[in-house]
Amino acid sequence: MSKKLKKRLIRILTGGFVFALVTFLNVYFELPVYVLLPGYLIAYFITGGDIVKKALTNIIKGQIFDENFLMVLATVGAFLIKEYPEAVAVMLFYQVGEWFQSFAVNKSRKSITALMDMKPDFANVIRSEGILCVDPAEVEVDEMILVKPGEKIPLDGVVIKGASSVDTKALTGESLPREVFEGEKVMSGCINISGVLEVKVYSKYGESTVAKILDLVENANSKKAESEDFISKFAKYYTPVVVILAVLLALVPTLFFGEPFTKWVYRAFSFLVISCPCALVISIPLSFFGGIGGASKVGVLIKGSNYLEALSKTEILLLDKTGTLTKGNFVIQEIIPNPSANINEEELLELAFYAESYSNHPISKSLESRYKKERVEGRVELAEEIAGYGISAVVDGQRIFVGSARLMERQNIKITNVIKSGTILHIATEQEYLGYILIADEIREDALLAIRGIQKMGIGKIVMLTGDNQVIAKKVADELGIKEVYAELLPGDKVEVVERLFQSKSSEGKLVFVGDGMNDAPVLARADIGIAMGGLGSDAAIEAADIVIMTDEPSKIATAIMISKKTLGIVKQNIVFAIGIKVLVLILAAVGIANMWLAVFADVGVAVIAILNAMRAMHIKVRV
Amino acid sequence: MDIFMKKTFLLEDLDCAHCAGKIEEDIANMEGVHSCSVNFLTQKMVLDIAEEDLKIIVKQAKKIIKKYEPDVSLVEQ
Repeated sequence: MSKKLKKRLIRILTGGFVFALVTFLNVYFELPVYVLLPGYLIAYFITGGDIVKKALTNIIKGQIFDENFLMVLATVGAFLIKEYPEAVAVMLFYQVGEWFQSFAVNKSRKSITALMDMKPDFANVIRSEGILCVDPAEVEVDEMILVKPGEKIPLDGVVIKGASSVDTKALTGESLPREVFEGEKVMSGCINISGVLEVKVYSKYGESTVAKILDLVENANSKKAESEDFISKFAKYYTPVVVILAVLLALVPTLFFGEPFTKWVYRAFSFLVISCPCALVISIPLSFFGGIGGASKVGVLIKGSNYLEALSKTEILLLDKTGTLTKGNFVIQEIIPNPSANINEEELLELAFYAESYSNHPISKSLESRYKKERVEGRVELAEEIAGYGISAVVDGQRIFVGSARLMERQNIKITNVIKSGTILHIATEQEYLGYILIADEIREDALLAIRGIQKMGIGKIVMLTGDNQVIAKKVADELGIKEVYAELLPGDKVEVVERLFQSKSSEGKLVFVGDGMNDAPVLARADIGIAMGGLGSDAAIEAADIVIMTDEPSKIATAIMISKKTLGIVKQNIVFAIGIKVLVLILAAVGIANMWLAVFADVGVAVIAILNAMRAMHIKVRV
Repeated sequence: MDIFMKKTFLLEDLDCAHCAGKIEEDIANMEGVHSCSVNFLTQKMVLDIAEEDLKIIVKQAKKIIKKYEPDVSLVEQ
């Protein structure tokens, strides 16, 4: 508890004690007014002195619709109509409520910042004068830092010495530690678990992963959601309207219907007490902030409250195939030598590997990872790429062709027709067909879970986009249960498909696109919400997308939608609850059923409950 | 064309969300302020202003803050 809060609590308790004492004495001894009134006034000023002071300074500045002023007006009014205990009690009750409100806001501020507790406090920098413990912002690029086990990695860099495992949980929500070795990049914000690491820093703190992420999450609230805008507009009109109603309530019945003045003025004062829209003004942004904070804890970065809100209205979800639903790495599935050629699997792979060894195509990498053996220099000559067809090279003095069926056709080599999903790499000499290697992309482990989860969220239209051929696209889609597929798309075609789908969408619903953020920037930008996968370490993805999933798990898409639906649910509850109670109490006060006490509850009590409800937004169940 | 820069301030003891909104609106409407965003939850204010105006704007901003929330102090970051 902060000092300020403590002071306020002591004042409230003292004021409450004096109030109770005076009331108690009055019940037993029937105090005369010249004792009773000063007694209550003392209690009043102990509890509400600061409010009175604020109110007075605000009147001087012309702030008449200020909450403090209205509160003082209501309670002083109660004194004037000789409702002394009521006046003190209302002020007391109001202060208690305000105190709880501050307490709850402080608490939630703390727990949300704890969620984002990835800010490194220091860096051990190695300089000529020894190892110094400094602020991470003071470390320059290319300096060496030392990270001991248990410490947070303060800056992005490359491991120069040492090996360890690092915990990336704060950034990705991933609980499995990652192994790091010499020469590997490490990200700031991760925790070093086991070994001592010497790291060469490659960017300043301000440019580091952790600083960027913190900046994104903290500033996410500046992009306001529609419901937040609604609340600020509502708040602007609510107070003046209630105050005008209060004036009318005090004057009309007494002036035109000869009703007793004190009775109606009392009701009018109750109006003034309820006139602050605090509950809404605090709890709605707090819900969004909680949702965004909770999401960042599970590795989903949401760049604005508006995106969190829009995501709950997802109608069409477009998923890119490669890199999103599949791993985007090509893995050799089958090696099939031609039975009539004198060659075995191992030799076929070796030929293909050497022929492709000068290429930097992903296919060459997948051959390399399967071949595993050291490459011997001088076995390949005259390697050339035949664009769109494949490669021709001389391996061990023999010309080899590696590539598509079209290449074989061009070389007049007869092949057996294979229909399999994946990329088929045919291998032949100038005369003879040697066989083929099937290379295919792998579906991510949790892709099926992701699609099921998304369907469970009630999103009917799930569409897959891919540049791959129909056969591969169909196979992946069937395996995952996706019904609508657009295949063989060039990057420009994807935007066109998005445009077409926009036509079929209702005006309320949102079109969401999920990609890997590498080459689909135009689509990410065109969609209502662009989600990029695998954001950790990819600045481009973080820049381009509205929502970034830090890990490679598509199931987080479903998690993000769930968080958004939950947050919006809480926001709606709070709006309905707060406005509902206020209107209800206003009506009850107008007809004389509700007293000032209930009015205070409708003001601060409702605010506290709404804040507590808002805090639920930050608790996220990871699995869907 | 003026060159704007982002400047972050801490609003210490910012306690009232409603006031935060009013402060944001008034400062945003100040001359020389390109944009202003007050985050009630992180108690931070980000101003988009021209560097040479910084001093005058901070002075005026302090006045506006005093008007709504006398307890709040503006700390440059």
